[in-house]
Amino acid sequence: MTALLELDGVKVSYRVAGRPRLVAVDDVSLSLGTRQVLGLVGESGCGKSTLARAICGLEGLDSGSITFDGTPVTRLGMRTRDRKLLRIQMVFQNPYASLNPRRTIGKQIEDGLKVNPDRSAWTVPDLLAHVELDASARSRFPHQFSGGQRQRIAIARAIASGPDLLVGDEPIASLDASLQARVAGLMRSLALETGASLLFISHDLSVVRVIADDVAVMSRGKIVERGDVNEVWSNPQQPYTKQLLSAIPKVDGLGVLPG
Amino acid sequence: MSQTTAPASRPQPDVLAVAARRRLRFPAALRNPLAVTGTAIIVVWLLLALLAPMISPAGPLAQDFERLQPPSAAHWFGTDQLGRDVLARVLDGARVSIILPLLLVVSSLLVGTIAGSVAGYFGKVADEVIMRIADLVFAFPTIILAMVIAASLGPSLTNAVIAMLIVSWPAYARVTRSLVVVASRSEYVVAGRLLGNSPFVSLGKDILPNIIAPVVVLATLDVGTAILLLAGLSFLGLGAVPPTPDWGAMVSDGVQNFSSWWISVFPGLAILTVVLAFNFLGDALRDTLDPRTADAVKGRAL
Amino acid sequence: MSQPAASTGGLSIRDLTLSIGRGEKAKRILRGISLDVPAGRITGLAGESGSGKTMTGMTVLGLQPEQATVGGVIEFDGRNLLELPTKELNTLRGNDIAMVFQDPTSSLHPMLSIGSQLTDHLRQHTGMSKREALERARVVLEQVKVPDPAGALKKYPHQFSGGQLQRVAIASAIMCSPSVLIADEPTTALDVTVQAGILRLLRELCDDLGLAILLVTHDLGVMSALADTIAVMREGEIVEHGDRFQVITAPRDPYTRALIDALPHDGSTDAEQATTGDAS
Repeated sequence: MTALLELDGVKVSYRVAGRPRLVAVDDVSLSLGTRQVLGLVGESGCGKSTLARAICGLEGLDSGSITFDGTPVTRLGMRTRDRKLLRIQMVFQNPYASLNPRRTIGKQIEDGLKVNPDRSAWTVPDLLAHVELDASARSRFPHQFSGGQRQRIAIARAIASGPDLLVGDEPIASLDASLQARVAGLMRSLALETGASLLFISHDLSVVRVIADDVAVMSRGKIVERGDVNEVWSNPQQPYTKQLLSAIPKVDGLGVLPG
Repeated sequence: MSQTTAPASRPQPDVLAVAARRRLRFPAALRNPLAVTGTAIIVVWLLLALLAPMISPAGPLAQDFERLQPPSAAHWFGTDQLGRDVLARVLDGARVSIILPLLLVVSSLLVGTIAGSVAGYFGKVADEVIMRIADLVFAFPTIILAMVIAASLGPSLTNAVIAMLIVSWPAYARVTRSLVVVASRSEYVVAGRLLGNSPFVSLGKDILPNIIAPVVVLATLDVGTAILLLAGLSFLGLGAVPPTPDWGAMVSDGVQNFSSWWISVFPGLAILTVVLAFNFLGDALRDTLDPRTADAVKGRAL
Repeated sequence: MSQPAASTGGLSIRDLTLSIGRGEKAKRILRGISLDVPAGRITGLAGESGSGKTMTGMTVLGLQPEQATVGGVIEFDGRNLLELPTKELNTLRGNDIAMVFQDPTSSLHPMLSIGSQLTDHLRQHTGMSKREALERARVVLEQVKVPDPAGALKKYPHQFSGGQLQRVAIASAIMCSPSVLIADEPTTALDVTVQAGILRLLRELCDDLGLAILLVTHDLGVMSALADTIAVMREGEIVEHGDRFQVITAPRDPYTRALIDALPHDGSTDAEQATTGDAS
């Protein structure tokens, strides 16, 4: 069985003024099957966002290859996106920038529906209900919604297109702690319900633990540990993973300082 | 869970977002005295320009009257050196002196916005070529360049407008280009491309509607400049060809008959009122269109 | 508590109200907040965006929006801060009551050296010489565990990592030996490993310097690790206030319970495990 997403020796680097090239992603190989949820965790600067963007074709590769369902992922340039690559959709970190301020959210979700190969998969009210928003929301504008709501609208738009791979680039980082688990859970259930895989990038291991099947830990452009999420959580092998886990504060009221 | 309010951005207090949302819905800023005055003046002048043939006391070209008569009951604005009624010429001149600059601004906005969008969105070669041409135009003082072009094309109103168009589009191109460069990096634009939008659809649906506001403000403020530019060209004999009445040309005539102050003062006042009116309107528009930044700057007393 | 917080270097907020606008259309942001922030303890103020927790902290320092109407009492050092003339409030701010914000890059001037930023305020307030002030700054940087404090004085903000810069911001806040420190989401923008260090630092400063710390954050994990008491805010009101352990493991208010339940957990929550002594 061929994997849905296959990364082989991917390397992405940036030119920084007055310094040698900064390598953001350093020889990363991984694969993701269908109907799988993979969490990609790491701290700022580890390259996880760059990797997510590269998977969507938003970054060019220095070397290596990314193959999606047999099709190589090409860079999104001035040409209209390859139809096969429309099956990869992304939910961005900043809920305040991912929706067009001048169009109603109903229209924006319809944009997603238009590229869905299965025309009758969803209706706009249906999708809104699935992301726990009122059907009347379709005629309103983004500024009338809160951050958490906007993020759910962005998820609805991405799901509307019927993707096979949904990529979340720190989709919950800008939300209140009380909403993070809920929105992450929503992404997981919607993805699996529609037969898609979910690549969930986050710096928050505690949320990833709850929604992902597998987790890959990234540090300085490399994947240092990968495995079943519960395994990695309870039995981390690598020192960096151990350090990351011990730094997470427990909500137990005991006043124990982490790390 | 309380999700009834919409914070403008975390962790800024959301009270500012509530205030900002209210402003966006009710453009109270447009109700300010300056904006109302500006709009009123423009409306009055446009009406006068339209109705000129009907309400004018005499034909603008009729040389029937006594020459160089100061303002009186018979001739409210007096008569000029050829015996023409100045009021009649001011009213008729409104057509040339307001309508043409308006047309000019609209066309430079169109040309400049398209050029700037292409430069900003497609970047690389298109960007270099278009912006260097714009730079070339910027290198020359506006009125001098306009004069040179108008003079070489031959003095006529059409050529004056063409000359003005050539010198005015780069400003719009430059502003539009920077706005487009920033907007094209926004997540919603990228999301649109990932959903299959072609670059042109992306430009038209996602980018342009969101950047047009500051450009429109620029245009409104530019009308005043355009009027002055045309008046200047006419003053130099490169615009309206006599005997066509044009405010700038009339001011020029008045200079040659300096003791008959009424010949240049009334057209001059007309220019002043229209330019001020458009400036008031432009300022008010600019304030309305940026309520969030206005509030945020005021509210954050740090 | 035997002595009122306000007289021992802490803060006492009583019935604080704040609204924007007049008459019927007035939006009530704070609806009668009462909270003690005693010295030597970390008082947590938790809540979601829009609950008013940040506004409470800003009001203590007189940084609320100009058009806001405030009522109630904020007692510090025997005085009501809400009734202080501007000049006195300005002297108080930074010297007796200091604040640390979420984003260190925007609370420090990008174009001034750390040394001059730390010493500026101190010299104005105490009239110290430049050399004395810089020495004090070096000592404070050492206290907040910034590596190579002497060298750091000459550097600029962009040369520091996020965590180190937040330490510098904390140093700047404690330069004039304030008795109250308000920390508004001090670690939200930082990586979790870096956060651990800052939390440790805040605890040490509270214990060593006897600071009264008001910790404002939506992150209950941070609350659980650092706060001694927790007050939970919702829509301008405090719905629960108590000892940290009680609020997290046995909250009385349904909203607090909902906030804790909303956190990611697999089966039983950390809080439940803590009470039953169960570890999975």
